[in-house]
Amino acid sequence: MIALENVTKRYGRQPVVDDVSITFGGEGVTALIGPNGAGKSTLFGLVGRLLSPDAGRVTVDGLDVASTPSGELAKVLAVLRQDNHVAARLTVHDLVEFGRFPHSRGRLTTHDREHIEQAIGYLELDPYRDRFLDELSGGQRQRAFVAMVLAQDTRYVLLDEPLNNLDLRHMTEIMRLVRRMADELGKRVVIVLHDINFAASYADRIVAMRDGVVVADAPAREVMRPDVLAAVYDTPVDVREIDGRPVALYYG
Amino acid sequence: MTALDTTPASTPTPARPRRTWVGVLIGVLLVVLSVTGLFVGVSDVSPASVLDGGADGHAAFLLVASRVPRTLAAVLVGASLGIAGLIMQMLVRNKFVEPGTTGVTEFATLGMLVTMVFLPGLAVVGKMAVAAVFGLFGTWVFLRVVRFVPVRQLVLVPLVGIMLGGVVGAVTTFVAYRLDLLQSLGQWAQGSFATVMQGRYEFLWIAGAMVAVAWFAADRFSVIGLGEEFATNLGLDYRKVVAVGMVVIAVITAAVLVTAGMIPFLGLVVPNVVSLVIGDNVRRAIPWVAGLGAVFVLACDLVARLVRFPYEIPLSVVVGVIGAALFLWLLLRRRSRAH
Repeated sequence: MIALENVTKRYGRQPVVDDVSITFGGEGVTALIGPNGAGKSTLFGLVGRLLSPDAGRVTVDGLDVASTPSGELAKVLAVLRQDNHVAARLTVHDLVEFGRFPHSRGRLTTHDREHIEQAIGYLELDPYRDRFLDELSGGQRQRAFVAMVLAQDTRYVLLDEPLNNLDLRHMTEIMRLVRRMADELGKRVVIVLHDINFAASYADRIVAMRDGVVVADAPAREVMRPDVLAAVYDTPVDVREIDGRPVALYYG
Repeated sequence: MTALDTTPASTPTPARPRRTWVGVLIGVLLVVLSVTGLFVGVSDVSPASVLDGGADGHAAFLLVASRVPRTLAAVLVGASLGIAGLIMQMLVRNKFVEPGTTGVTEFATLGMLVTMVFLPGLAVVGKMAVAAVFGLFGTWVFLRVVRFVPVRQLVLVPLVGIMLGGVVGAVTTFVAYRLDLLQSLGQWAQGSFATVMQGRYEFLWIAGAMVAVAWFAADRFSVIGLGEEFATNLGLDYRKVVAVGMVVIAVITAAVLVTAGMIPFLGLVVPNVVSLVIGDNVRRAIPWVAGLGAVFVLACDLVARLVRFPYEIPLSVVVGVIGAALFLWLLLRRRSRAH
């Protein structure tokens, strides 16, 4: 499990993550929701050792993120940040291959190659493997990045707003893949989502943040209530039951 | 995201056969130009005259003392400058940087000036070391400064570098002017192999060694090219790899500066051409960049020797003209891409 103990992170004097203690990353998919500036991405940065906390401790399966060698953590935890801008002209295959770096350190074994093939196959990227990333559509590129973290073969996969800038079809595609990764490959996926209806239909558990603190942490269905969502987003949210599933309406 | 409907025309997969023949072409050119370079010059050195004169003959002497070193120097300079550009582009994540557009060369030149003023008797290897230290400092300054420029501001990054280089270059010129050293400075500023002889080019092997270091750490540089967040996620010590890259760049710049002088554009043009053909996976790109860089310098050196035969024009002039034209083409081509 991923555990935060009294973690605080400030930018200037403003705490972005404020004395948070939480344990998450159980089996299945955990969605992390909350308004802009709630501290979701900062939380990911802290777990993924991209930021260091001003106070508190972060552990992943008991490994202290601050003191464990980065190379060891890379075998347990994979983080895909949002807005990935890769300037280098790399092919899909190159990118997925780099996902094996924590295991191969640049020298690929047969075992590494199997993982690469598996990841490419799983994300249905076979026809595009020799394409350069800048020749792909947004959805294909996002899949290539997910294939990379999949090839990393970690227990925990953290995805920060992977649906950004994707259209309806590609959003659903990614969410289905995330679900399959959890169900078939046993990955523990933590995903930052803005669309709470995606969170409701694909996540097992929802963690909601606001102003740097965790305000809700419960099975998806329990968070999908008008009072909870209104408190998280500070805006009225109606929740209706459609075909037995809670659907949030927040369009006006 | 227009990539889906505009790019199918731009080679989905069949890039591989094209790559192979370009690679073969580079190899053939490398051999042909190297051999041609051995037998072009004022004195008559031809395979026949070397054989006639025997091992002690005039032609054989010239070959060993001047022509072979010159050819080797051209190959080493071309290969290593290309690699310096490639590594710099990975560190900065920008295709328009190289030691010459980031102030590194100017800092190294300032280092040369400092040795001329304070340690005039220093051996060449000492001068090179001082230039390398200055170059390293220049790389550090540039990397610090561009941290404040968003990665996506493609043109702003080299612009900042060129301005930085301009400031340092102005300081160097001013000091040289006051101390009446402008002429010596001009010698470094103008790249040329005319003075390369046995015993005066061997430092370039150090630049060659840096190419080997870059090749050894190729995958790490590729991962660095994905950015700090990717690199950290993959368990790489970002700072350490950047430090190694900085040393590679500074040492190559300094070694080339003390032996051949400034050679503009090469580090920019060569990696970009290679990138167009096979992409930026450093492990795959390194032999191509090294090979094409060597071919580029060999060819330019031949032109420099032949254009006003029997006189020579400075190599940097030829490289500047051809390099600038290629650079312009790359710039305009890039803009026309859908991306």
